[in-house]
Amino acid sequence: MATQAEHHSTRRDFLFVATGAVGAVGAAAVVWPLINQLNPDASTLALASIEFNLAGIEEGQSVTIMWRGLPVFVRHRTPAEIAEAQAVPLSELKDPATDQERTKPGHEQWLVMIANCTHLGCVPVGDSGDFDGWFCPCHGSHYDSAGRIRRGPAPTNLVLPPYEFLSDTLIQIG
Amino acid sequence: MSEHSTYTPGSGVEKWLDERLPIIRFSKEHLMDFPTPKNLNYWWTFGAILAFMLVVQIITGVVLAMHYTPNVALAFDSVEHIRRDVNGGRIIQATHAVGASMFFAAVYIHIFRGMYFGSYKAPREILWILGVLIFVLMMATAFMGYVLPWGQMSGWAATVITNIFAAIPVVGTPLLELLRGGFSVGNPTLNRFFSLHYLLPFVIAAVVVLHIWALHVPGNNNPTGVDVKSSRDTVPFHPYYTMKDLFGIVLFLIPFAWFVFFAPDILGHPDNYIPFNPQVTPAHIVPEWYFLPFYAILRAIDFNILFIDSKLGGVIFFGGSILILFFLPWLDTSKVRSGTFRPMFKWFYWLFVVNFVALTYLGAAPAEGIYVVLAKITTFYYFAHFLIILPLLSRLETPRPLPTSISESVLGKAHS
Repeated sequence: MATQAEHHSTRRDFLFVATGAVGAVGAAAVVWPLINQLNPDASTLALASIEFNLAGIEEGQSVTIMWRGLPVFVRHRTPAEIAEAQAVPLSELKDPATDQERTKPGHEQWLVMIANCTHLGCVPVGDSGDFDGWFCPCHGSHYDSAGRIRRGPAPTNLVLPPYEFLSDTLIQIG
Repeated sequence: MSEHSTYTPGSGVEKWLDERLPIIRFSKEHLMDFPTPKNLNYWWTFGAILAFMLVVQIITGVVLAMHYTPNVALAFDSVEHIRRDVNGGRIIQATHAVGASMFFAAVYIHIFRGMYFGSYKAPREILWILGVLIFVLMMATAFMGYVLPWGQMSGWAATVITNIFAAIPVVGTPLLELLRGGFSVGNPTLNRFFSLHYLLPFVIAAVVVLHIWALHVPGNNNPTGVDVKSSRDTVPFHPYYTMKDLFGIVLFLIPFAWFVFFAPDILGHPDNYIPFNPQVTPAHIVPEWYFLPFYAILRAIDFNILFIDSKLGGVIFFGGSILILFFLPWLDTSKVRSGTFRPMFKWFYWLFVVNFVALTYLGAAPAEGIYVVLAKITTFYYFAHFLIILPLLSRLETPRPLPTSISESVLGKAHS
């Protein structure tokens, strides 16, 4: 077989393989833009950064704002909630993270999280659940007062968006 | 089954056409004279009922698309516009929406008929696999169609179902954004779902052609599961089965019409009459009834399995519950096709049906208390039926004696 192939391995075979290879690359080059058009477009990406004024949010109040089409919880936590979140030992957590890691230093009263349950994306209900935080009605995930997953099918804590404090009452998300 | 051609061109024009495009010959051989087992019962009419339903959905769908607007600001109102303002729109929209449910009711009966009578066994494996492929395409089409009215259930169904893909390691999140065309379900998602919802029925139609082609190579299975042995076992498809199928369609249209005219919304959810709000999830979200068994399986896995987290685990079992159907011809190795002659299989078959109905019920039940435990048991049993019970039965069971021919089973031994 090998000797026969060698015997017949000619310039024609080389051209055949080379043409096939160039054709495959060409086909892939045509297919890629047709798939890539599905990705988020420029107008969607243009909404990637917003500023939000915290001044109007009372202690114990929570608001839901929109960022990149996603709901975001901004909660002004009470000292009791902060103390409760900080007292939880890491060993009790499914996705271990300290309360300090979930807030910005000096702004511990502010909790900013993407409001989609990390299980399948429903919006959890605030001030409910067994851990004084959020409860997702879809499949029963409980989050605590730092938005950490405590019980239920969700694999991870509520996701923190990238954000920073521009002043004490102004944050920029994204 | 390939017998001598029954077609002789009558006129000169037919002869001329036959030498160029033998379409009349093809129709006569495959749609009229096709030799069909003479003992097919009414469960066999669901193939024709399904073909009829596909046509109904395509015709009503094309009409609806003339009035519908796939834009997040207008979609909800445009569906209401169809129901209130468009001439006859109330009935056309209801026919399409109820039609999806009736389509699935028929396909479940068709699939369970195939499972009881062993229609997936050699030489019909490809026929079965194409059927499962049609089922998967139907699920994708129905899901995307459900998103189009852009109510609360539509939007949250789109969110939850696309989120399933995010469970895939490494490529999950980029894939999710690729599917949605954004970071969340929004206008790009609605637009592409509309485009694909219009496309997929024609893909289904193409696979249906292959499905019928694969059917016409070995010919129909039948309630005895015994092969056709002579022309005495068969009757021509027309008029015997064209008429029987037509009568089956008429009977099927009675509940269909009842839903359309008297209870067009009874199979849907009131929450879908609230426009989609990405900030608030309805308290109790459930998919349409035809997805409930698989949804129950998705939810049942709420625990980590070794290094696989609960979310990915649920997705694997959810996908596996459908993919396992592709392998059914090789999991049930019993040589006897029909459940009628398999005393043990028959019981496990009905147990599987009861278990499937239980999964449907549990898919709609809240994820708490006893329902969580029952969902796990029924999920386990679903897989056990395919992976443990069927392979074991094939070895342990002694089938009852088969009739020597279809004719004998129909006419009794005296005539054989």
